[in-house]
Amino acid sequence: MYPFTYSRATNVADAVRDKAGHKASAYVGGGTNLIDLMKMNVEQPAHLVNVAKLPLSKIEDLPDGGLRLGATATNSDTAWNEAVKKRYPLLNQAILAGASPQLRNAATNGGNLMQRTRCYYFYDVATPCNKREPGSGCSAIGGYNRIHAILGASETCIATHPSDMCVALAALAPTVRVSGPNGERTIAFEDFHRLPADQPEFDNTLAEGELITSLDLPEKGFAKHFAYLKLRDRHSYAFALVSVAVGLEMDGDTITDARLALGGVAHKPWRDKAAEALLKGQPATAETFGRVAAHVVANAVGQGSNDFKIELARRAIVRALKQAAEGKQEAGDMYLGGQ
Amino acid sequence: MTQTNHIGKAPNRVDGPLKVAGAAHYSGEFNVPNLAYGYVVSSPITKGKILKVYADEVRALPGVLEVFSHENVPYLAWFDKSYKDQIAPGGSPFRPLHAPDITFNQQPVALVVADTFELARYAAALLRIDYEQQAHETNLETKRTEGYAPGKGKTGFQPPPPPRGKPDKALENATHSIEAEYAHGAQHHNPMELFATTVEWRGNGQITAYDKTQGVYNVQNYLMGVFGLGKNDVRVVNQFMGGGFGSGLRPQYSVFMAVLAALELKRSVRVTLTRQQMFSIGHRPNTLQLLKMGTNPDGTLAALQHHALHETSQFEDYTENVVNWSGMLYKCENVKLGYELAKLDIYSPQDMRAPGAASGNVGLEVAMDEMAYAAGLDPLEFRLRNYAERDQNVDKPFSSKKLRECYRQAAAKFGWENRTQAPRSMRANGKLVGMGMGGGVWDASQQKSAAKALISADGKLTVRSATGENGTGTYTIMTQIAAETLGLPLKAVTFELGDTDQPEAPIQGGSWTAASVGTAVKNACDALGEKILKLAQKPADSPLMGAKYEEVEFVNGQLRLRLDHAQAVVLRDVLQASGKSQLEADSSAMPNMVKQNGYSLHSHNVAFAEVEVDEDLGTIKVTRVVSAVAAGRILNQKTARSQVLGSVVWGLGMALMEETVMDHKFGRYMNHNFAEYHIPVNADIPHIDVIFVHEDDDIVNPLGVKGIGEVGMLGVTAAIANAVFHATGKRVRDLPIMLDKLL
Ligand SMILES: Cc1cc2nc3c(=O)[nH]c(=O)nc-3n(C[C@H](O)[C@H](O)[C@H](O)COP(=O)(O)OP(=O)(O)OC[C@H]3O[C@@H](n4cnc5c(N)ncnc54)[C@H](O)[C@@H]3O)c2cc1C
Ligand code: SF4
Repeated sequence: MYPFTYSRATNVADAVRDKAGHKASAYVGGGTNLIDLMKMNVEQPAHLVNVAKLPLSKIEDLPDGGLRLGATATNSDTAWNEAVKKRYPLLNQAILAGASPQLRNAATNGGNLMQRTRCYYFYDVATPCNKREPGSGCSAIGGYNRIHAILGASETCIATHPSDMCVALAALAPTVRVSGPNGERTIAFEDFHRLPADQPEFDNTLAEGELITSLDLPEKGFAKHFAYLKLRDRHSYAFALVSVAVGLEMDGDTITDARLALGGVAHKPWRDKAAEALLKGQPATAETFGRVAAHVVANAVGQGSNDFKIELARRAIVRALKQAAEGKQEAGDMYLGGQ
Repeated sequence: MTQTNHIGKAPNRVDGPLKVAGAAHYSGEFNVPNLAYGYVVSSPITKGKILKVYADEVRALPGVLEVFSHENVPYLAWFDKSYKDQIAPGGSPFRPLHAPDITFNQQPVALVVADTFELARYAAALLRIDYEQQAHETNLETKRTEGYAPGKGKTGFQPPPPPRGKPDKALENATHSIEAEYAHGAQHHNPMELFATTVEWRGNGQITAYDKTQGVYNVQNYLMGVFGLGKNDVRVVNQFMGGGFGSGLRPQYSVFMAVLAALELKRSVRVTLTRQQMFSIGHRPNTLQLLKMGTNPDGTLAALQHHALHETSQFEDYTENVVNWSGMLYKCENVKLGYELAKLDIYSPQDMRAPGAASGNVGLEVAMDEMAYAAGLDPLEFRLRNYAERDQNVDKPFSSKKLRECYRQAAAKFGWENRTQAPRSMRANGKLVGMGMGGGVWDASQQKSAAKALISADGKLTVRSATGENGTGTYTIMTQIAAETLGLPLKAVTFELGDTDQPEAPIQGGSWTAASVGTAVKNACDALGEKILKLAQKPADSPLMGAKYEEVEFVNGQLRLRLDHAQAVVLRDVLQASGKSQLEADSSAMPNMVKQNGYSLHSHNVAFAEVEVDEDLGTIKVTRVVSAVAAGRILNQKTARSQVLGSVVWGLGMALMEETVMDHKFGRYMNHNFAEYHIPVNADIPHIDVIFVHEDDDIVNPLGVKGIGEVGMLGVTAAIANAVFHATGKRVRDLPIMLDKLL
């Protein structure tokens, strides 16, 4: 681990200033991802600004009926928050499907958005990786790529964004509020993460020095008809091979509004708006679900060890849509070991 | 009622309180004064040569003490012999920092030593090394036709017996037959505790090495050979281990590195490997197996052929017994077994829980399931029809074998009679349900061991033997044996282990510790008992006058005549009257060859598993496992059960998720961490029932124990694989069975 200096910020302005004042600096939240990366020499910040103690840990109602999730609230506190459980159970489920209780207790919401890919090669400095070292090559292409992307990948990078929480967020479409050297701004969640294109070193659209301060959820929470389905190589404590977040609004058997996002399949949480449009106004039948699922994976491309994900994603979408339409899931299900 | 009858009961671990209080110290936790820290640098290439190590750049950092590499390592032993440990396979053992040649990926190429761990790690990251890279081959698939039969390799390796009967002809004439290939990738032991060695510099070239090892004497001998040290110069200690599973049987390069640095710097040094480096110290080899079987019209086996090929390094012939078990688990007159190795540019594989058997058993027991289906028989009924009363490999009866009783009890507990034979015929909760079974056989062996027993005037007994405790319960069962032998309560007895200052014991592996060390402990306590009897007989009015040792017993703190309990003396009175502050006795134990010669000594087991499979998504949930084990006499019901529970978890991991994946382009294992090398977590583990079927066996050893650390893993993997077939109708022959294989 490279030597680094460290400071703990107590307000947003100081944090932003402190970071701007140090070259090669980084914010650190729970540290559950960044510290690992530092130990493995994947990231080598010279200065850390700890933001975990900033007064950004509140979860509070917004005047427009939405809910503000503070950036430094832990994943656990967010998942188990009463308003989240009641109004956004999809988010509760997605968070609880990720990592382990210990990690969720430390991990922050801001850090969750910013966590890096789990690509094996990205973590191993003995191998080339464009994301870690632009221009060095992508070892995963033609290599071992079980956990890699089938959608939106590029010739320079086929990594996936590993978060579960962000898949639910992609479906719920919050705004990301950030504060930076040039002041505050908001970013629509769908514009926050990006596809690799020819710059895989950038995971998202956050500008240098910007700090996430909150996630503002809109009122619509799909609390009645939702599903988070996560498929993985063991029953807990494993990243998603494929995950699906669904939120539906129903009028009888007819779908009146729909959200659909996938995890584990792309460089960003993969929301498919065209698929959502295909669902609207349709009856909640196996036929509808099959058609929509086929649409989502129509342009999917396998890389060898992950070819199976195309079919798996298709089936998972069908299942998640069915579960959401049935409306039987409840907040906390995932915690009890549901699949 | 006696309170000193401990064997077969279920006392708690005697070392439990130390562990939960953090008072049990592991090798990387001995904080000796003036400690320096070494960090190992690993090769990023798989084959080639080191051209230059830019050590001076790193030496210049304040706080860095030295950089060791082949360029500056002092004169070490020259002959292979000096590097061979007790269970080294044939070939030339790997010599760390010996030459510029790179023979496997992650080969340790340098050690950076600094005043702090963080600095050593930082300096290691800065160390530049130039390599010349050469083409490598790490893929076993490319070596299918280049297998060779190894010579007599390491201790315990038995080349397969010669063919018996007419295996080809019988197969040809069989009523039903099957042929199938089975495969599994490399697997790593992944104990929670990292390999670490703390070497305490005692001055004058003398050291104490607190080393993570399953054999302190094995490491001591290795260090003496490699560094030219005398027996008194190097003491090796390991009192607790955070899991070994075989990874600590051979001295690892961490101990070499730490000792090298300590001797050169004349300072105490600790070296701890990283989790990534834990994937460079040996593994269960990638193995390919071909099974052919045929049956007679009555469902008996007409022929059985089992051939295995697995990887080894370029420098050693790592061997394990993969196929031999197939010649003894079932009765069959026509058998052909084959075993070959193929050399690849990898590190030598290493014994991993039930080495060889765990691999071969999957082939055999899945093939038995396939054969049962081909012959139209229930898999349990098929096994009963082919029950082996004798070990046909050596043509001897078993000293004891209650496998039939295991089948009966486990099947009843599991509810096997509710199973319907046809694949895909059972459903529950909207899922396909499958039930499968598999059984296994493992050696019941005993190795030479020694122990010392001391008793103080106040009746406190201490027993010592340099065996190991890697979580199996050694402290507890040895305490039970010693306490029962001398009629003491458990709390009057202390068992000490893991120190080369103690009498020699074998490496802790092969499930032989209970039998080997247990017998030595019993013998040492009996030797002490004889001395105590002599003392008790000194007074002219001794009630035990004239009694032979066989005629007395130690019970509840008393020594009394077996046939007349009223004739008794109090142990403590005898000791105090003797005026001696302490009595001691040494003893050792060897297997009784004369008694054992006519028999085959083995433990057996069977496992039944139930799975639920989500047909659309391919997800598998194991819902129940029942495991029955016949392993002689069980010394401690609780620690034994824990061993079997752990074995079932291992079997499940092997069936469903464990695999170290090699990127052959780099020749490097890529999922070398706990996030991506999946071992089961609690959510994967179902309810497990453990049944012990008692066997009376005074042939294996005087204690009648066979060991249970490994046998419990057998059968489980196959049972789950067979259950998945029963549920889905899909036969997956390459492990692990991950969901994509069922889509
Ligand atoms: C073994 C393991 C298993 C896991 N399994 C899962 C899983 O199944 N599903 C899942 O979703 N996740 C999983 N995780 C990942 C976990 O969710 C993330 O590590 C966690 O959310 C990161 O949050 P953190 O606060 O610890 O981030 P940190 O490690 O502190 O930071 C991560 C990144 O975010 C940046 N950052 C932090 N806060 C801010 C902010 N407010 N504004 C701007 N930048 C910021 C940091 O600079 C850094 O680049 C797993 C992690 C581990 C180690
Ligand atoms: S997929 Fe992306 S992260 Fe992985 S090796 Fe390629 S460039 Fe690096």
